Amino acid sequence: MSGSEDAVDALLAAVDEEGDVDFDGLRLARAADGYALETPTLDRTGLSEDEARAALADVPAFVANWCFWDRVGGEGTARRAFLRWCERAPTEDAAAGGDEGDALPVPERHAALRDGIERTWGQLHVTARLADGDAPAGERVYDLRHVDDAGTPLDDLDRHEEPREAREIATDDERGRYRPLKTAPTLVSGWAFAGLSGNDLVATVERFYPATVANWHRERRGDLDVDHWIETAERQTGIYDVVDDLPREAVDWMAEACCVDSQCLRRREWEYEEGDDLPVDGGDGAFPCREPCSLVIAAARKWAVLEHEETHTWEFELTRSEKNQLEALVDAVAEGRVDEIREADVNDGANRYRARYLRAKRVDEDGNLCGVEEPVETD
Amino acid sequence: MQALVIAAHGSHLNPDASAPTHAHADAIRETGTFDEVREAFWKEEPHFREVIRTLESEEVFVVPLFISEGYFTEEVIPRELRLDDWDPDLWDSDGTEASQATLEAGDVEKTIHYCGPVGTHDAMTDVIVRRAESVTGDPDVGEGVGLAVVGHGTGRNENSAKAIEYHAGRVREMDRFDEVRALFMDEEPEVDDVTDYFESEDVVVVPLFIADGYHTQEDIPEDMGLTDDYRTGWEVPAEVDGHRIWYAGAVGTESLLADVVLERAADAGADVGAALDRTRDRTDGASAAGD
Repeated sequence: MSGSEDAVDALLAAVDEEGDVDFDGLRLARAADGYALETPTLDRTGLSEDEARAALADVPAFVANWCFWDRVGGEGTARRAFLRWCERAPTEDAAAGGDEGDALPVPERHAALRDGIERTWGQLHVTARLADGDAPAGERVYDLRHVDDAGTPLDDLDRHEEPREAREIATDDERGRYRPLKTAPTLVSGWAFAGLSGNDLVATVERFYPATVANWHRERRGDLDVDHWIETAERQTGIYDVVDDLPREAVDWMAEACCVDSQCLRRREWEYEEGDDLPVDGGDGAFPCREPCSLVIAAARKWAVLEHEETHTWEFELTRSEKNQLEALVDAVAEGRVDEIREADVNDGANRYRARYLRAKRVDEDGNLCGVEEPVETD
Repeated sequence: MQALVIAAHGSHLNPDASAPTHAHADAIRETGTFDEVREAFWKEEPHFREVIRTLESEEVFVVPLFISEGYFTEEVIPRELRLDDWDPDLWDSDGTEASQATLEAGDVEKTIHYCGPVGTHDAMTDVIVRRAESVTGDPDVGEGVGLAVVGHGTGRNENSAKAIEYHAGRVREMDRFDEVRALFMDEEPEVDDVTDYFESEDVVVVPLFIADGYHTQEDIPEDMGLTDDYRTGWEVPAEVDGHRIWYAGAVGTESLLADVVLERAADAGADVGAALDRTRDRTDGASAAGD
């Protein structure tokens, strides 16, 4: 293994200078009678330096693993926790649980890293692997691509080098429309970052999904600070001062409209208020949503204004199929299905010709359905 | 470790709104002055609310990429950053003098230096002049030329006009341009009548806006008569009522603005080393006219 002697030197130097090492199943201590070395399959004491070197040479994966994480540094940071999650290393966060079941011990992890360990983060597919060639002991590199491209060779994808290039990839959807919500499930595919360093991986993920690593890490440590709807709404000022007028049931409809997996990959953790949950499922995303985002607040302002309107009774004459068609049109737009409806599929109520026919028949030149401008007079 | 956060408005509708913010952040990243550089937004991500927690640095310098002291810089940004002890009086400013306030954020254990907006920094005057140089392609532009500094203007916030007038006054003191005027979109004197306010045949018009968008790319060009329809574009210079109007577009897209961000952070105690010299070298001649 390249650099293995350097790695052993670094490990012994760390024990001599900074004290005992106890990391990922490797324990190395220096006592009066010599070095003590322990791994899950090894327990030796009273080793001379030469004996310690020889013994460490027999557990190269443990030594290389220590070297790599020593270089990563950043104890307690989200960056380190994320890189450990990427290779299914046991978590270092006290409160974390959940996915510890798939954590790999060092020998298995190193073996798996030779082939690449794969993880999914939203629509990102991360592969952690051992670096080739004369990289320092245990060095990992990371490949990043769209989940839909997980099976595509890197050479067949548009290659990018700089984390900042992720910003451009994330700007528009496949139809060229601006994506103001970075966690919308509309990230384009066809690109790849190969051989990123750990720092560059985190920086690139941060460009695709800002602040998701930080909030995920807080959640794992048990200190995610959730701001529920009413707290967030009451904080608003200026033109958004009105959003806390939104009726309770309208908040439910809003969450159903905006904050489900089909619209956003964040898992909603905020509720109406503490102890008053929204009935809508918060989703299954890897990373949490800790408060209503700026898009939700902007939309809530619109709905807060609209919900001030009173209902009226209207009288329209429609056939049963025409009523069904209006419902189909609402559904097609809500599901983003309009572009999928085939040109000649006149059986689909949201087909363009069907919609144009309905407009020609039932909407007058002023845009009024069935020519109706005013509600039915009631007492 | 020290971090820089550039706090900007952003947009739900138009990616161009945040383009200057990203460009200036990238330029500052390249200097290596800060261990971490982040853009943060009111309308994009990361939101002001969640940016500080993405940093590992203990010392954070927040520079608002806004033109004037007002609602966003005095109320929205400090609130969303959770600067619980914030009070506009900490800036001790009459509208153009804010430098910085040192505070703590409620969700992290870090020192936050909350700086005044870029728009009111003295160095912004240089950016306006640089903008005039780049749009005319003349590094000595001034003699025989008038300069209009254009602001939004609004009855709601008097500081909005103060920032425009402040820089117009400073450019006037340079005695470089024959005439200098502050003009506004929504208040007198109005940019619509730009040719009424200048005797010089050549007039450079620099809008003091952070990003190009509806106002700088649609409203102002049409209001000044540079074009009947913004979608067909306009000439630089354009002939209007016997004047040649050199319309510069938003000053915020000028690469020299990165220096103003650094100046703000340096004023607040950031160690910027030789970065200001380096960005100055890099930006020399790098600005394109009419962008």
